[in-house]
Amino acid sequence: MISSRKKRDQPWLMRTYSGHSSARASNALYRTNLAKGQTGLSVAFDLPTQTGYDADHPLARGEVGKVGVPISHIGDMDQLFDQIPLDQMNTSMTINATAAWLLSLYIGLAQRRGIDPRKLSGTTQNDIIKEYLSRGTYIYPPGPSMRLIADTINYTVRHVPKWNPTNICSYHLQEAGATPVQELAYALCTAMAVLDTVKASGEIEVAAFPQVVERISFFVNAGMRFVEECCKLRAFGEMWDELTATRYQVDDPKLRRFRYGVQVNSLGLTEPQPENNVQRIVLEMLAVVLSRRARARAIQLPAWNEAMGLPRPWDQQWALRMQQVMAFETDLLEYEDILDGSPVIAAKVADLIEGAKKEIEKVEEQGGIIAAIESGYIKRELVGSHMHRLRAIESGDLQIIGVNCFQETAESPLTGGTDGAIMKIDPAAERGQIERLQAHRKSRNDADVRAALQGLADAAKTGENIMPSSIRCALAGVSTGEWGDTLRAVFGEFRPPTGIDIAIDSRQVLGQKDLVAELRERVADTGSALGRPLKLLVGKPGLDGHSNGAEQVAVKARDVGFEVVYDGIRLTPQQIAQAAEEEGVHLVGLSILSGSHMELAGAVLRELHARDLGNLPVIAGGIIPPEDAERLKALGVRAVYTPKDFNLNAIMVDMVDVIRECNGLQRLGPRP
Amino acid sequence: MTQVKLPDPEQLALRILRGERAAVASGLNLLDNKLAEARSRSARLLASLSGEHWLDAGHLIGITGPPGAGKSSLVSALIRAWRSSGRSVAVLAVDPSSRPELGGGALLGDRIRIKNSSHDEGLFIRSLANRNQLGGVATEVWPMSWLLLTCFDIVVIETVGVGQTEIDIAEIGDTVCYVAQPASGDTIQYLKSGIIEIPDIFAVNKSDLGAAARKTAAEIARSASRQDRRADWDYPVCLVSAAMSTGIEQFRDHFDRHRSFLTNAGLLGKLRARHQSAWVVRLLKEEFGTFGLELAGGRTAVAERLSKGVLNQFEEYERLRKQILSRFMSVSRPSSPTKKEHPDEQAIV
Repeated sequence: MISSRKKRDQPWLMRTYSGHSSARASNALYRTNLAKGQTGLSVAFDLPTQTGYDADHPLARGEVGKVGVPISHIGDMDQLFDQIPLDQMNTSMTINATAAWLLSLYIGLAQRRGIDPRKLSGTTQNDIIKEYLSRGTYIYPPGPSMRLIADTINYTVRHVPKWNPTNICSYHLQEAGATPVQELAYALCTAMAVLDTVKASGEIEVAAFPQVVERISFFVNAGMRFVEECCKLRAFGEMWDELTATRYQVDDPKLRRFRYGVQVNSLGLTEPQPENNVQRIVLEMLAVVLSRRARARAIQLPAWNEAMGLPRPWDQQWALRMQQVMAFETDLLEYEDILDGSPVIAAKVADLIEGAKKEIEKVEEQGGIIAAIESGYIKRELVGSHMHRLRAIESGDLQIIGVNCFQETAESPLTGGTDGAIMKIDPAAERGQIERLQAHRKSRNDADVRAALQGLADAAKTGENIMPSSIRCALAGVSTGEWGDTLRAVFGEFRPPTGIDIAIDSRQVLGQKDLVAELRERVADTGSALGRPLKLLVGKPGLDGHSNGAEQVAVKARDVGFEVVYDGIRLTPQQIAQAAEEEGVHLVGLSILSGSHMELAGAVLRELHARDLGNLPVIAGGIIPPEDAERLKALGVRAVYTPKDFNLNAIMVDMVDVIRECNGLQRLGPRP
Repeated sequence: MTQVKLPDPEQLALRILRGERAAVASGLNLLDNKLAEARSRSARLLASLSGEHWLDAGHLIGITGPPGAGKSSLVSALIRAWRSSGRSVAVLAVDPSSRPELGGGALLGDRIRIKNSSHDEGLFIRSLANRNQLGGVATEVWPMSWLLLTCFDIVVIETVGVGQTEIDIAEIGDTVCYVAQPASGDTIQYLKSGIIEIPDIFAVNKSDLGAAARKTAAEIARSASRQDRRADWDYPVCLVSAAMSTGIEQFRDHFDRHRSFLTNAGLLGKLRARHQSAWVVRLLKEEFGTFGLELAGGRTAVAERLSKGVLNQFEEYERLRKQILSRFMSVSRPSSPTKKEHPDEQAIV
């Protein structure tokens, strides 16, 4: 027994996705986590940083320091890694549209501290493609975005060779509804698009191209069907090996390894009986560690209470301990691959590969992943799969313990505390960040900043690699918003995908037929009573780009007979109020998942009031703790929906009643 | 039972003429409202708004084309060009509704595609569902576009071209523009269909595609030049790219040129009067069918009567409607003749 311990494999990198309020507060958290045995860092950035806005930009209001740490300039980066040796740390940054910038700040900081960038190791997520399909923190159109990815790859391969410049994400595809086959297909198509772009840029000589292929890593999701998920990862490995050998002629099998990190599924975590999420997370982790040949290189686990709000340090510690128990207490790391030779596993893997290859062919026929995104094809497929899943939950075909079955529960001692069992962000964090940023602007050399920004704009226009000028910007004290705006001026801004309206045309009648028929009658009758069809505005104020929930509500409302104005993401409260006025809607639906619901919903209500639309009902959905829901209702929000309201039909019934009540009609009540 | 609050139409008209956005929005809501009380107030509102200036105010533009041709992004580029020259713009963006048996709902996604990210008080967008109305353009579009003309320099109606739509849009717009998709079957179909005789301006979008776009433009130019609807108008074919923002200024200038052409030729007022009459006939027919029109004396008599009251078509419409309704009542007592109960009559074009 003792002797076998010597042969144990090295465990994977253990991280916790974290960051909040300020660089200083996040640094304290990181150092505590490292002391607890965490072996790498995973930085969560706030939405203004992710979308290239300064903390004092109007769109940033209410979002600063919410879902991650605000990083406005190199001083913040320095603070974030205070007393953390950059050359010994493995840092993963969940950053996409502004990845080139955050990487430049990191490299710039290393230079300032006298550390050779060649010693830096870590990962920038930098998969901007999936931002158009899910997550939504894109800035620029697909063409310039591909170029930014290629620039970071071309730069790091030569100057920061241990860095993983891009993490192709199938994670978010699954969150957007992708099946395992779709996840495999679309992630590999994205990787091909990235490699083809780098190849076409001509910056890398042919002989060095295998090194580029080797640096491509993946970020994968693992859900509850852990046997299938484990097979999915074996399929990924086999497909990547084949693809890199045939399409990119990489001869060395070591350079063809499928390297991936994991965050297990947050989508499936439930708000009711949240303690059950612990066993869900452990089982999901099993899928990515069980098979030695398809084992994750780095794992970060969500906390048990993520469906309720932001996790506290203790919740994150619990997630880290799950990994440590798996790695150090079990005998998992003592064996060769325990699934090799299983005919059942082999058959499932073959099945997934066959399906994925067919789907890849379909995408290739359309001209590749970018063309398939622009045509709305991918979005349509994902919305379809997601709707299918929701329907299965509604009908009970897909059982989720504590949600649509076994709902009875004793009172939980875990959620009884005074803090509501979630992390509260200090509302003063935003003001503090703005003050620090404004002080920073006064302290730097303006001429240096102007020259650095001019260099950046020139590089963007001429097609020169964006990294050297970005690093000069970092060292000159340029701010995140200035970097983002300079490139906005050259590249333009991406208009949101239009897949949603295409998506619905192919959809069949949703849910149970008689229920839908009855709902349609309610919608039509209420419209007749008010003189015109019921019209709904769906929009997302603020910077949060997770649009899946808003889209599902929009599609469902349309299917039961609403005329739905879908106004998309990244709207100011003023824009939402203006749209509500111009469009003459009966109801405004807001979706806010970033935790900024109090500020943003309040601002929308004030704007409506200013337009004499104080009586127009507003409803809100998102990750909203119960006491905030009560406060929102006190402000005038008519209804609040959270992840536990998974039944879209019930939400529709309620929406009709909210409209009826506000127009002097009797509520019709829940369906019999 | 309900307390749908309806605005006072004369007060509202004054506020609309002053260009108050809230009043414009509220006026559009009223025109959309089918309650009996709302209908009579709508007629009063339009009567208060109408007058001589309706025959030469603003510029009413129809933009149509197949799905995917990039109409919205082109409209968005045009809006930027108009706004930068200081003109105010209103857009009626029409999207299809799902079939009635599928609930008749609609997802209106044009707003998100048209609007610019910054706040702009000189731009007003209203999205509309076509509500499965026969011709492809919702009947509500007509009065709404006239309301908007009283307070915006440019009013754009954007619709998805599905054959019949082009014919409808030609009966509303002063200037009709067809946006073609390079190298698409839709355009070929379109050229064959004869509907090509309707637009005044053609745009081939995505000119950045190069040869394919030039080929499509050449095909259209060959067919378009053959038409002899109006002497002295050249039916331009523009190569534009909304994405690359090329050719937009020239494209915008063609709209201005067409409007000047209509004014100078003395055509604008006549065109609008004819459009108004055509729409009254169409509304009546959609609501009451050929039979209803017969009750009012037949299509020709109705059209003749309308041509006499050029300035107050809306009142005329309400008068005719009441007349037909009362005749209907005397013909068949029990059922009220609304669209729902006479679906078969709508099918007669």
